[in-house]
Amino acid sequence: MANLLVIAIGAILINNFVLSRFLGLCPFVGVSKKTETAIGMGMAVIFVMTLASAVTWVIWTYFLSPGTSNIFWIIANALGSDTPAAAFDLRYLETIAFILVIASLVQFVELVLQKTSPALYEALGIFLPLITTNCAILGVAELNTMSLGYSFLEALVHGIAAGLGFTLALLMMSGIREKLEFAPVPKLMKGLPIAFIISGLMSMAFLGFSGLKF
Amino acid sequence: MAENKLIVSSSPHLRGKDSTPKIMWNVVLALLPAWAFGIYFYGPRALWLTLIAVVAAIATEAAIQAIRKVPVTVFDGSAVITGILLAFNVPPGVPWWLVVVGSVIGIGIGKQAFGGLGYNPLNPALVGRAFVMASWPVAMTTKWIAPRGGSLSGAVGLDAVTSATPLTVLKLSRSKILDPESAEQAVQEARQAVELVYNAWPNMFFGKIGGCIGEVSAVAILIGGLYLLIRGFADWRTPLSYIGGVALFGWIFGGVEGVFTGHVLFQIFAGGLFLGAFFMATDMVTTPVTKKGRWIFGIGCAILTVFIRRWGGYPEGVSYSILLMNIFTPIIDRHTKPRIFGTSRKKKGGNG
Repeated sequence: MANLLVIAIGAILINNFVLSRFLGLCPFVGVSKKTETAIGMGMAVIFVMTLASAVTWVIWTYFLSPGTSNIFWIIANALGSDTPAAAFDLRYLETIAFILVIASLVQFVELVLQKTSPALYEALGIFLPLITTNCAILGVAELNTMSLGYSFLEALVHGIAAGLGFTLALLMMSGIREKLEFAPVPKLMKGLPIAFIISGLMSMAFLGFSGLKF
Repeated sequence: MAENKLIVSSSPHLRGKDSTPKIMWNVVLALLPAWAFGIYFYGPRALWLTLIAVVAAIATEAAIQAIRKVPVTVFDGSAVITGILLAFNVPPGVPWWLVVVGSVIGIGIGKQAFGGLGYNPLNPALVGRAFVMASWPVAMTTKWIAPRGGSLSGAVGLDAVTSATPLTVLKLSRSKILDPESAEQAVQEARQAVELVYNAWPNMFFGKIGGCIGEVSAVAILIGGLYLLIRGFADWRTPLSYIGGVALFGWIFGGVEGVFTGHVLFQIFAGGLFLGAFFMATDMVTTPVTKKGRWIFGIGCAILTVFIRRWGGYPEGVSYSILLMNIFTPIIDRHTKPRIFGTSRKKKGGNG
């Protein structure tokens, strides 16, 4: 339990996906002009990250990584093959498998939502397809499996927390950018440059959380 | 005829006598006692480091405004405050170019990039400090100077063991005490060190401790801070909720033996809390405008400060917590806006 809390705080504050891993900068800068859209995007990111964490963990553990839990080995073994379990190493397919599965799964879930829960579908709107192939999503899937080797529950919590951290950063960013709408920002700084400067400053402020220990 | 006597104009119709330069120069005046104490305790370095920072801040602002061909407003005092506050937030032993870099970044990136005074989302001095902290962390955390007639930790007989500021002593001792693997003797020594720095709180109050230039003396900040409050240039809500919050949460979480063992006076007089609470958390541009928002801002700062002091990688969290709450300020303002008379309570403002 304490372990899960540490993972959650780590993904929200210390290793915030936007502000210290610098992942997902594209939606972060693109959709942070207004708080309303920021909230919609944040919800979509939490949704997709949680889903992606769960699914990619299963794919990683049972299809890609070598060992006795690899489905292909189990099938081969049942058919009488004596190839060692370590030979069933499909980890090099990680990126392409994850992207393909996440994208098609989200599209599928979107179709189901549209039919069964139009209200939620409306709320997530255009953001759901936008976020699907984002590097932050692939990043959380990769971190859960290859880099950090989390268990299923840990991966799930990490996915939710990463989404929450993204939403937090997005909300703060949109608040500042709304306030800056009427500021006499120098011409060469208007738009993207100032957005990146704000992100940099926020990232510096989040350095205050570096080295948190529990 | 009547038309000569009626003046048609848009609001505001009542104007205060305060102007930006008047407020800013009063803040500079309020910072002077702390500066004087800093110079007394750390010697002439504190004088010229601050002057260099101020000159660098003014020069940057003037240069950028001249290049942009907008009115040069360096004499409104705001760049002077940024320079002073930046120098107040660095250890007195840092090289001179470090405060120059801090001032240039603080004014250039933290303020002028957003269009100048009034539009910067974060406190420029703290932006500069965070930048130099990230770039030269060793200089920013070790270049302390022992105060005149005192020791770095403020406690007598402790510097033989350690050469650290009180909050660092507390942090190191806590990790020793809480670590189940440390030897009995190490725990005893750590407890003793904590006892010594706790008892040295009067030294923190007057300034006979190691620390940043401007945070050395709580009493000097208090003199300047009370002047600002009485003249109405700062809102009492922010410092009260911030210091009160640190006292409360510091008592609950700040101790070394577990919850409810914190030393309240140590927690509030240690580090840069008074400087932050009176001079940086009350900055008019980067903190909430509503009264309720200021309470939230102060308490938020207090929670983050105690959080970083207790669990963070740095011994002190005042400047980072103010920066973080600066980021939250637009959200706080948005949700604490008073209801316009006559509008419905339930309906949420669409453009809020």
